[in-house]
Amino acid sequence: MPDFEPVLTANVDKEDAHRLTVYEAGGGYGTLRRVVGQMSPGDVVQQVQASQLRGRGGAGFPTGLKWSFLPKDHPGPIYLCVNADESEPGTFCNRVLMEADPHQVLEGIILSAYATRASTAYIYLRYEYPLSLQRLQAAIGEAREAGYLGKNILGTDYSLEVRIHRGAAAYVCGEETGLIESIEGRRAWPRIKPPFPAVEGLFRKPTVVNNVETLACVVHILDRGVAWFKSIGVPPEPDNPRDAGSFGPKMFGLSGHVNRPGCYEAPLGISCGELIDRFGEGVWKDRRAKAVVPGGLSTGLLSERELDTPMDFAGPIRAGCLGLGTGCAVVLDETYPILDFLHNSCRFFAHESCGQCTPCREGTAWALRLCQRIRAGRGRLVDLDLLAEIGDTIGVMPGTTICGLADGAAWPIKTALAKFRDELEESIRQTNPQGYARTEPVEALNTP
Amino acid sequence: MSTSTDNRSQVEAQSREVLGPKVVEFIEQCHADPEPAGKLIAVLHEVQAEFGYLAPDHLDAVAQLLRVPAAKVAGVASFYHFFRLTPRGRHMINLCLGTACYVKGADQIAHRLQDELGITFGETTPDGMFTLEGTRCLGTCGLAPVMMVDADVHAQVTPDQVPGILEQYLREDKPDRQ
Repeated sequence: MPDFEPVLTANVDKEDAHRLTVYEAGGGYGTLRRVVGQMSPGDVVQQVQASQLRGRGGAGFPTGLKWSFLPKDHPGPIYLCVNADESEPGTFCNRVLMEADPHQVLEGIILSAYATRASTAYIYLRYEYPLSLQRLQAAIGEAREAGYLGKNILGTDYSLEVRIHRGAAAYVCGEETGLIESIEGRRAWPRIKPPFPAVEGLFRKPTVVNNVETLACVVHILDRGVAWFKSIGVPPEPDNPRDAGSFGPKMFGLSGHVNRPGCYEAPLGISCGELIDRFGEGVWKDRRAKAVVPGGLSTGLLSERELDTPMDFAGPIRAGCLGLGTGCAVVLDETYPILDFLHNSCRFFAHESCGQCTPCREGTAWALRLCQRIRAGRGRLVDLDLLAEIGDTIGVMPGTTICGLADGAAWPIKTALAKFRDELEESIRQTNPQGYARTEPVEALNTP
Repeated sequence: MSTSTDNRSQVEAQSREVLGPKVVEFIEQCHADPEPAGKLIAVLHEVQAEFGYLAPDHLDAVAQLLRVPAAKVAGVASFYHFFRLTPRGRHMINLCLGTACYVKGADQIAHRLQDELGITFGETTPDGMFTLEGTRCLGTCGLAPVMMVDADVHAQVTPDQVPGILEQYLREDKPDRQ
């Protein structure tokens, strides 16, 4: 990828990049001027569909296809919800975009709202991002002043309002129907689908929910064209009809035990190892990596042997992970105990389970208690089988929950057991030399 | 003499008194929105910014003035982790327990904080200076491990820096802020 030119992060390091004048000086809002009034919304949808852009928020659903599910000739209103509730542990690329280059995000929002004929866009912003709030509010003000937002955008008959809704700290708000419930002022309990949001979403109107980075990609697809977008990344696997390909640039985050943590832009398909070595300047303290979380905690673990896994939508799946997720990797060095990672993961999901579906509420809580018992020196080898059973039975994929939170909880458990079972067994034997082989039921341990 | 049992105006007056003019004005603006009930979370943010936490009286008053069932208000207030139902200390310590911070030693910092303050997560020191909370990923993984005190981000914290950071806030004794 020697000739790769970053586009999403092109402005990020410029001075005052968050101001309208700087954004416009770099050609900003030029795409909006070219599109609004000159291309029909249907043509925009068609372009995005042709680019095979897939959602950057985690699930990788084709964006154009999602838009095409909206009913035609709906009297309105139609809503666009922007998912800026970046909550996946280890993920921080949306924050970089919103803080450093809010106008790029806004231009993506306006273009996408135009394509979907949305009259109001809600930005669902997580509470923990006060600077993003400030920057977005200022950007909305500047854009409105300049005629890019509000009534009759750029003199056309298209009007759009953008509102910011601040969350109040709940991971499940990142699930699209949970997010919709939260904007409606309720607990973020994900809805049973169908009906899908495109048919009946926010305030029971047709709604599209897209991630911040996805919307930023829309600007560049419309600016540079479909052919440019598809020249970057990885085409679909020929023998896998369910793979829609992984085209375009992607923002990758790096954190954990690397020398240079941060947010970097690269083509989809870069290998996990290259990401760590080229951008992260290797594992810290001259150590080796034991494991890497490829794209946010829910995606599970890659082992050191799997570091050549390409970071595209299909790569981590082939390596036994949930998927690419958010593309933000957390590196664990060779000294870090997998049990500690698993405990942290189980604690997070037990805390964040919304409590609506019993398998998730109980499964995540019991997985946490098992980890606590093992860490307290009372673990038994059969506990690992119990963990595996929880991992295999909670989630949308086994069909026991409404949303994917439980799948996210299951994958770290499943991959840790599949790839690091020897280490986990060893730590149980060492911490509980008398009782590790016991199999009879034992009391739960209720300690935080 | 009136025989009406309608005490709506009385209840509303009481609710206004509980919430104070600033929050009441915000709620009145919400009624201009096509979906006022959708503003519930925003209203609770306002109340918490004003009082530091959400007392049962606040929740009832919000229910009355926003015209949302009290059970729903209580449900939302207890669902979201940001909303506090008990009074908080002068300074709010939020330690990130996300994966990236955790693998870089957030646990040792957690122990040190608990030792220094003599409280566990979710508690407030007896002198009312600090409230300690563990939060999920703050999205600043490049700076891990991260600890926030009020709105200040302390990056790449080591356990030995903890007493110094706390001392800083004790010394400054800044006025309460959100």
